[in-house]
Amino acid sequence: MDLRELRGKAVGIRRDLLNMIYKAKAGHTGGSLSSTDILTALYYDALRVDPANPHWRDRDYFVLSKGHSVEGLFCILADKGFFDKAELNTFCRFGTRLIGHPNNRIPGVEMNTGALGHGLSISTGMAKGLKMSRRSNRVYTLMGDGELAEGSIWEAAMAASHYKLDNLTAIIDRNRLQISGDTETVMAQEPLADRWRAFGWQVVQLDGHDMAALVAEFRREPARDKPRAIIARTVKGKGVREMENLPRWHHGVPDAELLASAMRQLDAQERSA
Amino acid sequence: MATGLSCREAFCRELAELGRKNPEIVALTSDAKGSTSLGVFANALPDQFIEVGIAEQNEIGMAAGLAAVGKRPYVCAPASFLSARALEQIKVDVAYSRMNVKILAVSGGISYGALGATHHSSHDVAALRAIPGIRVVLPCDEIQTVALLRALEADDEPAYIRVGKAAMPIVYGPEAEFTVGKASRLRPGTDLTIIACGEMVRQAVEASEQLAGEGISAQVIDMHTLSPLDGEAILAAAEIGPIITIEEHSVNGGLGASAARLTATHRPVPMRTLALPETGNAVAGPSGEVFRHYGLDRDGLCRAARELLKAR
Repeated sequence: MDLRELRGKAVGIRRDLLNMIYKAKAGHTGGSLSSTDILTALYYDALRVDPANPHWRDRDYFVLSKGHSVEGLFCILADKGFFDKAELNTFCRFGTRLIGHPNNRIPGVEMNTGALGHGLSISTGMAKGLKMSRRSNRVYTLMGDGELAEGSIWEAAMAASHYKLDNLTAIIDRNRLQISGDTETVMAQEPLADRWRAFGWQVVQLDGHDMAALVAEFRREPARDKPRAIIARTVKGKGVREMENLPRWHHGVPDAELLASAMRQLDAQERSA
Repeated sequence: MATGLSCREAFCRELAELGRKNPEIVALTSDAKGSTSLGVFANALPDQFIEVGIAEQNEIGMAAGLAAVGKRPYVCAPASFLSARALEQIKVDVAYSRMNVKILAVSGGISYGALGATHHSSHDVAALRAIPGIRVVLPCDEIQTVALLRALEADDEPAYIRVGKAAMPIVYGPEAEFTVGKASRLRPGTDLTIIACGEMVRQAVEASEQLAGEGISAQVIDMHTLSPLDGEAILAAAEIGPIITIEEHSVNGGLGASAARLTATHRPVPMRTLALPETGNAVAGPSGEVFRHYGLDRDGLCRAARELLKAR
């Protein structure tokens, strides 16, 4: 896909996830919209995955550490054919496997996440194991910025640089909002880049909605012997004016009127993609 | 009973043997190479050994990630820290995610008796029995430890293996066979049954011998697997008569409580559940003295047996 197609794909994923949340009357809307472009660049350009063979030995591994932002991931996995798109209608329904967090009974999902602060340790273990076996698969994890208050993240950050895991990329969805409000008020994350550098990581900062920047960074061969942290500046609720930068859209659900407005805005974004 | 190796030492020696044959076997520790006796593995197989530093949460999470890419990780560290600090990682990354992680939890219960409640793990069986998807195994001697390790290595499901610290008397003959999830009958008996697990098993065997001299015939069941519990063995014991359970664990949520739930539901019999008390932390001190204080030994078992039979 070229950049234009990738931008169009991201609009489509936003449309799908909003419809899914609207139907289920449940979901983590804001963080899903802030991470949509990152996930699109990963799944439609960077990651080696095979929907027909989810356990392909040469695949790249992705762990959604901020598991509550699962809606975009589900829509992408369905769109890529890991499972039938019709199943998205079961999101959060009684007995569904499409629960409100990633679950590895779903084809394409590696690990069960949802409790925060776990994804980086898991990814560090994956990256270490792949290195031990001299396999060239890469490991990516997406974390929230509020999530970085979990101590286990920093245990993993220490271990990943100690073991020189340059096959590991951690992406931080830096939307600056968590459920209770501004991350810097709840528990300050800055100086965020310095923190990761001090833990021995190479740090890249970019606009998490700039498809060209995301694709270029994921394609770049990372520096040797260091894990890579990508701090992606994002907007919570990105793409829907009424939701952008408002903490209440962490898990707000749109009504019919707002959904219609969102769809109009997404249509316009698609035309200008 | 001749004294053999500690279970942790037996486990790690055998793990090194298994690791030599299968390069996918990986051992992780959190600055506990000495405490767990993992030195033999680390020295023989340095490329299969991962030190994570004092960071148990990351240790379990990394093990789950290693399993996800096809490794066969064994996490070896003290029970007190793994089963409390890293409990969420055990619950989510290992059990819920169904990752093939085996956890060797050493110095369980009150092995570190004199070090106090920070180092005791009298909650671990209760905590892990309430988490679906991870087996809980408490071997009693070196023979059983090795046999159960081999059995667990042959499958791809999670397990928590809790052992103590001290060298243990050898309870079983070298040819003994065990099935995970199936209790072993160590002594036949017709008056009552003692059901024990882990390092309390040798106390049960000694009590049964003492009681035999008093004309009391006590069956001894070794419930080496606490999850899933062998309910059939417990109900079969209830057919014989009263039951005494003994465990190095809180009286809440462990062997005794779980066995009593089964008998109360299906076959009520008089019972005594010997365990650490629910009121307050265990008294600190050398573990042998702590066991004696709470009646977790041969004499405590014999007293309980006499009381139960007198009441009948």
